[in-house]
Amino acid sequence: MWTKRTVGIAVVAIGAAIALAGCGSSSDAASTPSASGNVTGTITVLAAASLTGTFNQLGQMFQTAHPGTTVKFSYAGSDTLAAQITQGVPADVFAAASPATMKTVTNAGDANGTPQNFVKNQLVIAVPPGNPKKITSLKDLTDPKLKAVLCAPTVPCGSAATKAEQAAGLTVKPVSEAQDVKSALTPVELGEADAALVYRTDAKAAAGKVDAVEFPESAGAINEYPIVALKNAPNASGAQAWVTYVESPEALAVLTAAGFQAP
Amino acid sequence: MSQPSQQYRRPPWVLLLPAVIGIAYLFLPLVGLLVRAPWSTLGQRLTEPGALTALRLSVITASITTAACLVLGVPVAFVLARTRFPGQRLVRALVTLPLVLPPVVGGVALFTAFGRRGVIGMWLDRWFGIQLPFTTTAVVMAQTFVALPFLVIAVEGALRGADTRFEEAAATLGASRWTAFRRITLPLVAPGVAAGSVLCWARALGEFGATITFAGNLPGTTQTMPIQVYLTLQNDPDGAILLSLILVTVCIIVLVSLRGRWIGTG
Repeated sequence: MWTKRTVGIAVVAIGAAIALAGCGSSSDAASTPSASGNVTGTITVLAAASLTGTFNQLGQMFQTAHPGTTVKFSYAGSDTLAAQITQGVPADVFAAASPATMKTVTNAGDANGTPQNFVKNQLVIAVPPGNPKKITSLKDLTDPKLKAVLCAPTVPCGSAATKAEQAAGLTVKPVSEAQDVKSALTPVELGEADAALVYRTDAKAAAGKVDAVEFPESAGAINEYPIVALKNAPNASGAQAWVTYVESPEALAVLTAAGFQAP
Repeated sequence: MSQPSQQYRRPPWVLLLPAVIGIAYLFLPLVGLLVRAPWSTLGQRLTEPGALTALRLSVITASITTAACLVLGVPVAFVLARTRFPGQRLVRALVTLPLVLPPVVGGVALFTAFGRRGVIGMWLDRWFGIQLPFTTTAVVMAQTFVALPFLVIAVEGALRGADTRFEEAAATLGASRWTAFRRITLPLVAPGVAAGSVLCWARALGEFGATITFAGNLPGTTQTMPIQVYLTLQNDPDGAILLSLILVTVCIIVLVSLRGRWIGTG
């Protein structure tokens, strides 16, 4: 099976990986001595999965405004990212979807400075296009004939759902508890579930595939997004520049356009 | 009965060194889990109702899955190994597809086939009112989808290695093809079937992606042990380590005890 060709490809792949790793470290090294006003090099940002669309857009805008910089993103569940940071992943900035996950990082002493909340997010009921089951309130989800998906209580969107249920004084019996907000949305997009409690931004990002139904009790379950530069940042000045940029009015406009609210 | 001594000569260094490294590589992460596990909370973890419910569901569904894989997989292996038909190569490639498909994609694929909008699920719902997603049946279906290739590959390999002259002799003596399969072929490939079942069971026990997608996650109904491990990892990594070790322990106990009985090399 191991023909000369496959071995050759493997060797090239390994070589490329080493070369890329070399590039990464050299650009980091080049960026370190730069002054705070003159940002260069690679900035590695760990961000909650729900920030994917907006941060990609902000990254492009930042790179245009600061030639010579490259913003790299790693998106995952905030809990996963927090665990990676406490395990020593080399990164510059952490943007979390909940203060609780940020606390993991600050408690471990891995943050440089105090985290600032830069946006808020709110739950909506995502339903298939056209709202075939005519869902108008959180109470409609308690109908046992209806298939509702919530996030598991251990993840931020799940704890927000629990808070909304408490605010409404009812309990939704889901057919499934999703492990993150995007997975809660998938069955609704496929038409396999009738409703899911997700963030307004996720419903907006999936516009066309799902409709969003606002409900008043979501005001009792608002999620705050904190951002902080990391202590062991390979590119400390870049980290600070990114945090400042995300907190700027220009960035806020992009974030609110995606459905986030000002902090 | 003493084995001939030549069979147990020291292997050449060229093989021994990578073998030791390979074993250590597989073994060290497990050692890491053992070292990091918060043993003092073991009793408390085991008595938590959630953990045992999830473990029981995992063991039961993995066992049903293995039975389903045997019923479906052995015939598939037989057809692939002992017959010739057009498009056989393609069929063989498709059978192994779940091995390379990311399990989460497998879960979505099951939706498109058996969901209430799926090509078959739509009619199941319309004619019989059966909705498969988010049920314990869906757990077994997801596990079967990812575990079946392991059984098929193991049994097909065994069938190809088996000596067909015994079957031919049986046929000469008047045995029907079914009798020859049951009395001659199946006993010949029994070690392969056993090894495939063990792999199949272990794969089903650890299944996560396809299950959480197609069957969802609800304690008692569809929350298997790997799903509970993942969710525990979100806010209690130490607890997740302990739960993983419980899963690993159960798996080792079952596999070691079966190995001696079925395969005869324990």
